[in-house]
Amino acid sequence: MGRIDDIFALARDENRKLLMPFVCAGSPIPGSLGALLGAMERAGAGIVEVGIPFSDPIADGPAIASAMHAALESGCSPAGVFDEVAAARQGLSIGIVAMVSVSIVSAMGGPQAFCQRAHEAGFDGLIIPDCPLEESAALIDAARAHGLSLSLLVSPSTPPERAREIASASTGFVYMLARSGITGERDQAPEIGPRVRELRESTDRPIACGFGIATAEHVRAVVEHADAAIVGSALVRRWRDAHEQGADAVEVGERFVRELASGLHAGAGA
Amino acid sequence: MSDTPDTTQTPVPNARPLSAMPDEHGRFGEFGGVYVPETLVSALRELSEIYAQVQQDRQFWDRLSGLLRSYVGRPTSLFKAEGLTRQARENAPSRERGATIWLKREDLAHTGAHKINNTMGQGLLTRKMGKRRIIAETGAGQHGVASATAAAALGLECDVYMGSEDVRRQHLNVVRMKMLGARVIPVDSGSRTLKDATNEAMRDWMGSVEHTHYILGSVVGPHPFPMIVRDFQSIIGRETKAQCLRLLGALPSAVVACVGGGSNAAGIFSAFVDDEEVKLFGVEAGGRSGKPGDHAAPLTLGAPGVLHGSRSYVLQDDAGQTSPVHSVSAGLDYPGVGPEHAHWKDVHRVTYSSVTDEQALDAFLLCARAEGIIPALETAHALSDGLRIASEMDRDEHLVICLSGRGDKDVEEVDRLIGDKIEPLRARRPRQRTRDKKKKQATGGENGSSPRTDEHHPPSDPGRADQGQSDAQ
Ligand SMILES: Cc1ncc(COP(=O)(O)O)c(C=O)c1O
Repeated sequence: MGRIDDIFALARDENRKLLMPFVCAGSPIPGSLGALLGAMERAGAGIVEVGIPFSDPIADGPAIASAMHAALESGCSPAGVFDEVAAARQGLSIGIVAMVSVSIVSAMGGPQAFCQRAHEAGFDGLIIPDCPLEESAALIDAARAHGLSLSLLVSPSTPPERAREIASASTGFVYMLARSGITGERDQAPEIGPRVRELRESTDRPIACGFGIATAEHVRAVVEHADAAIVGSALVRRWRDAHEQGADAVEVGERFVRELASGLHAGAGA
Repeated sequence: MSDTPDTTQTPVPNARPLSAMPDEHGRFGEFGGVYVPETLVSALRELSEIYAQVQQDRQFWDRLSGLLRSYVGRPTSLFKAEGLTRQARENAPSRERGATIWLKREDLAHTGAHKINNTMGQGLLTRKMGKRRIIAETGAGQHGVASATAAAALGLECDVYMGSEDVRRQHLNVVRMKMLGARVIPVDSGSRTLKDATNEAMRDWMGSVEHTHYILGSVVGPHPFPMIVRDFQSIIGRETKAQCLRLLGALPSAVVACVGGGSNAAGIFSAFVDDEEVKLFGVEAGGRSGKPGDHAAPLTLGAPGVLHGSRSYVLQDDAGQTSPVHSVSAGLDYPGVGPEHAHWKDVHRVTYSSVTDEQALDAFLLCARAEGIIPALETAHALSDGLRIASEMDRDEHLVICLSGRGDKDVEEVDRLIGDKIEPLRARRPRQRTRDKKKKQATGGENGSSPRTDEHHPPSDPGRADQGQSDAQ
């Protein structure tokens, strides 16, 4: 079992839910990934999703897309992200999964070569948001061969039968999109109860839910049903704003993750 | 000009005939596929299903051909281009060379380019799916105008994403879209051109699939788009084939088309891919130079990769980041290309090359002056290379160039770029009896030097008058 499985198994035993913050590598400050990972671990994250910047992230809204563009402009590259993760890995116990475009995987030698490098850098798993089930066979094999989890995505528009297939092809956890559309903050907590219940009938894989989750309140609503809540744009925006205002971005982010994590406890056992 | 090294054009043995692509997974050989977020998968399935259904639906195709005939103005003519043919013969290395050039006049289709063939087809599909809104990406604005037009004609709402750089250089088409009732949404991210407009249209679609259809404008993107757009554009090739058989009693020796995403090229090539004796040439945008960022020629200078939902040749760095691109022509200014072209390249069925901005501008002016047709800058790339290819072919051969669109949208930009160097065409002198082999300039008017007036010969070939070109006597 890999680290992602262990983390979810332990949380289940202890009747805990997980917070999965998203960080865009190279943002808000080049070279800050290690510090941000440490801060998120301290603040109560269970797993961190590290976005590898891509020039054309079609599933991402303005907050994450512009963070990616800024990171690329300041010279961030997949190889650089691997180095930063490798340097930070030793001192951390959280799970680290890469969120990466299939375009990057393909250009960096294909699934086997990419998974090997990701594993060597210390990543525990992968999310490839623009690679649906039909195109994932080689990735599933490569991820397994290199001890990485591979989480496929389930969308509100996914028919139940297909959702089952996606869940059974996924390892580590299934990524349930809280909404159709692109990443970005929303006002309302998503209504995921029925979808989670339906999926649970056919899988015992942990379910992590993201897209539009922006507050501790949303986290609470999500983990009432799912095993983990993923928060991206809301955090990326806070880091960027803090950095632009000359504040200590790492500390501002840590405080916000702590606040989000408060949504876990109140929901526990509910 | 960089040719692919292989010019043999012998298709490698292949179990599936080229005309029977893609397979059931949307693959053209190793290219194509469906690399999209899960949210779009069901929309693409729905589109595939509807499209499979309409294959048996006589009413749908009758309605479409009716519209293509009475609204779009099809069939478009196949025109014998005497002036360009003469130029090819002047450029030819010997008297035996210099094929006859024919132009497939997509510029005469309603809205002035081939793009309308696709938007009327997909517009009808949209109605069939019961959706009320369409979105589109556009570079040159031709696909945007064609989408806005289809929307107006079929009673649909229409939003068009367009890079802000293209909004500037294709101003006329922005105004046209507005007049037609569409909303033009400028895109300020990335390179502010076609690639970024496509990203934005896909993002819109992810949140709006329930009531919105995305009319992709070329043979790119995830399956089934490359197939559907090719099929709707295949009318160009089917007409051309029938016209050649009628006018020449034979197939042409060669067909040439410009390749942005590759829809006009796929449309005209598709009728000929199984006819091995017909050579096919696709022409990409060579831009300023062959250096990364200076061109938009993925087939000639790129490598296989994934962009915008399919695997094809792309321009990207070795970490998969899309490279910046450049072309004088907004409609070719794109780092990817349709997956079927990638396959045709790899099986050596089509020869792909590129021409520079400067060569395209020369051909733009040449066509205007030799034929009285102002071509789109995209098309000018095909004209430039078509002229070169014709001059190397035998004199009794025939070459068809797909004149994919008219150039009204480009005149301001061309004027801005080379306007001060354009001189009026002087009165035509009678034909000199001896051919002057030294006058081998590819085009009339070299960019940067004072353009000389080309010889404009009066008609010489018998039987040409019926082709309707009026040459001053
Ligand atoms: C007149 C014309 N020709 C060609 C193109 C290039 O597109 P494609 O390669 O899909 O035909 C465009 C695109 O805008 C165009 O307007």
